[in-house]
Amino acid sequence: MSEPAPAALPVTAGERALSLGAKCSLPVAVLLALGFAAPLVAIFAFSFATPRSFDVFRSFTLANYATLFDPSNTVWLSFAWSIGFAFATVALLAVVAYPIAFGLDRVFGRAASAMSLLFVFPLFVSENVRLYGWTLFFIKNGVLDGTAKALALAGGTDVLYSPGMILFGMVYTYLPFMLFPITLGLAMVPRDIVDAARDLGAGRLTIWREIELPLAMPGILIGMLLTFVLGIGAVAEAKILGGQSVIVISHDIEIAFTYSQNWPLGSALAVIVSVFVGALTLWGLSRLDLDRLLGRR
Amino acid sequence: MSAAPTSQQKPILQLVGVRKTFGDFTAVDDIDLDVREGEFLTIVGPSGSGKTTLLRMLAGLEKPSEGWITLAGENLNDVPPNRRPTCLVFQSLALFPHKTVGENIEFPLKVKGVAAAARKERALELMRVVRLPESYYAKNVMKCSGGERQRVAIARALAYDPAVLFFDEPLSAIDYKLKKILEKELKDLHKETGKTFIYITHSLEEAMVMSDRIGVMRTGRLVQVGTPEEIYARPVDRFVSEFVGEVNVVAVEKGADGAWRSPDLSGPVALALPEALAEAERVELVIRPEYMRFVAEGERADNVLEGVVYNEYSLGSRVQYQVRCGERVVLVELSRSKALAASVDRTVRVGWDAADAIVVGG
Repeated sequence: MSEPAPAALPVTAGERALSLGAKCSLPVAVLLALGFAAPLVAIFAFSFATPRSFDVFRSFTLANYATLFDPSNTVWLSFAWSIGFAFATVALLAVVAYPIAFGLDRVFGRAASAMSLLFVFPLFVSENVRLYGWTLFFIKNGVLDGTAKALALAGGTDVLYSPGMILFGMVYTYLPFMLFPITLGLAMVPRDIVDAARDLGAGRLTIWREIELPLAMPGILIGMLLTFVLGIGAVAEAKILGGQSVIVISHDIEIAFTYSQNWPLGSALAVIVSVFVGALTLWGLSRLDLDRLLGRR
Repeated sequence: MSAAPTSQQKPILQLVGVRKTFGDFTAVDDIDLDVREGEFLTIVGPSGSGKTTLLRMLAGLEKPSEGWITLAGENLNDVPPNRRPTCLVFQSLALFPHKTVGENIEFPLKVKGVAAAARKERALELMRVVRLPESYYAKNVMKCSGGERQRVAIARALAYDPAVLFFDEPLSAIDYKLKKILEKELKDLHKETGKTFIYITHSLEEAMVMSDRIGVMRTGRLVQVGTPEEIYARPVDRFVSEFVGEVNVVAVEKGADGAWRSPDLSGPVALALPEALAEAERVELVIRPEYMRFVAEGERADNVLEGVVYNEYSLGSRVQYQVRCGERVVLVELSRSKALAASVDRTVRVGWDAADAIVVGG
């Protein structure tokens, strides 16, 4: 369809090099390069700098990585906590969000996705503020404990500052990120197909297993991927609701950058986490064949 | 309204006073119908006539607001669709997009707990019945063409082995030529399986080709039920007659002298009044274009109008003429072999015999 350029018009080098699409994407490309790629490059470079220095791009050493992989270093424990919390958050969220999404789909039909966006409103309030709110609720002599005591029940049990409370906080914080994709996924299941399955003799459980779940799977998997990545990076829940009883990997990175002033070590840790999450995500995405799930191929 | 079942064909599905209302809106209004075992019954009506709602009630996807639906004497009203021995072929076909052709067809068998080997055997057998090549067994259903998907949907419904099979306009999205083929195949399939088919469509043409009986629906009511011949030759009202195709309608009124008169004709109108309308003061005559004819000098017809041929249209094997008789337009259709030469702008006499007009209440 492309017409040959009229010979009379001189073509500049720039015009020859960039297609219209490339030119249009230039502002975004620049923004991404500066705001997204550059920090990654800086972190990557810092991870090879001399420990406890700011000699980025001027020194090269594997000492930071050696420190992290040293058997005496207990950073792997933080890493394990983070992964464990992330997996548990994803599993709990899938179980919690699916029935909500299903209900939204049944009640609101086409408007279900828009309705699930309402669950995003709490995000307008800073996460820290919301988590401190929960602290007031759960703290000794707080809302929960105080109410129990007022009702002459046995109060005084301290539920705050435990791994369970951290998990609660994470499930609470990341619910919208699981709910929205699942609602979208369920909205993609045509009502006719469910009716047809029922008409062909299938009961509720069979319909769920054979029809709804596979057809909603793209949305479910995207929600799982999203919340997993967020869960690995979560730090506020462990700090505020966990009261630092557990140190997660993001907290370790934060400590390295702030308190210890050891940017190269923090960078090395960040690189390891990024590589791990990236590899897992790519593996997940490669398993997630959207076309096949949607039956387009 | 429903024709009484004849002695040799017992009703399998019976509807008694079935109504369905959505708020203030009455989608289906007081339907009585006996569906005979093994017949091909088509419910036809314009969009919004309630035919799809009626079918969804039969399939169990909607509950009647009033009335009963019984299958072989058993009340179906509170039986959910997955426990009904009936099956619906959806307008959208509602195939399972994530499953292969074979998995789709086997679905009802899998639900029933049939072993995998037996399922496959039955699926392949049904694929032969609906004329799908065996190689399609492992093909993804979304890779099939429209006509092939149609066959998959029908095979899947047959796999359920229903007592009655419902079809909700499954041919509406298919191009004309393929549709003609599939219509005949569906009728053949009906003959081969011997099952009761209830088919919904807005196209009377489609209904005529396939059905043993046709029910015409209008604004939630079943206006007429009869064989295709009855619907064509003896429509109960103007609505049904016009549904069949283009017609000439002449309104006539009984004068003080007892003679029938029409503003379109100068003299009294000759008509054969059916017994049911013996008391009527005003009726409408429905004359199909093919029963209108040109009346040459020296020939006679019971009713004659004078006019000018405005235009002619070729309809393939026939030719249609638009004749302007004063204010009104009369349609005349002749077979091509009897077509008028150089007809346009000719002054002609058109007419019909009393026996060829269908008299309906005015």
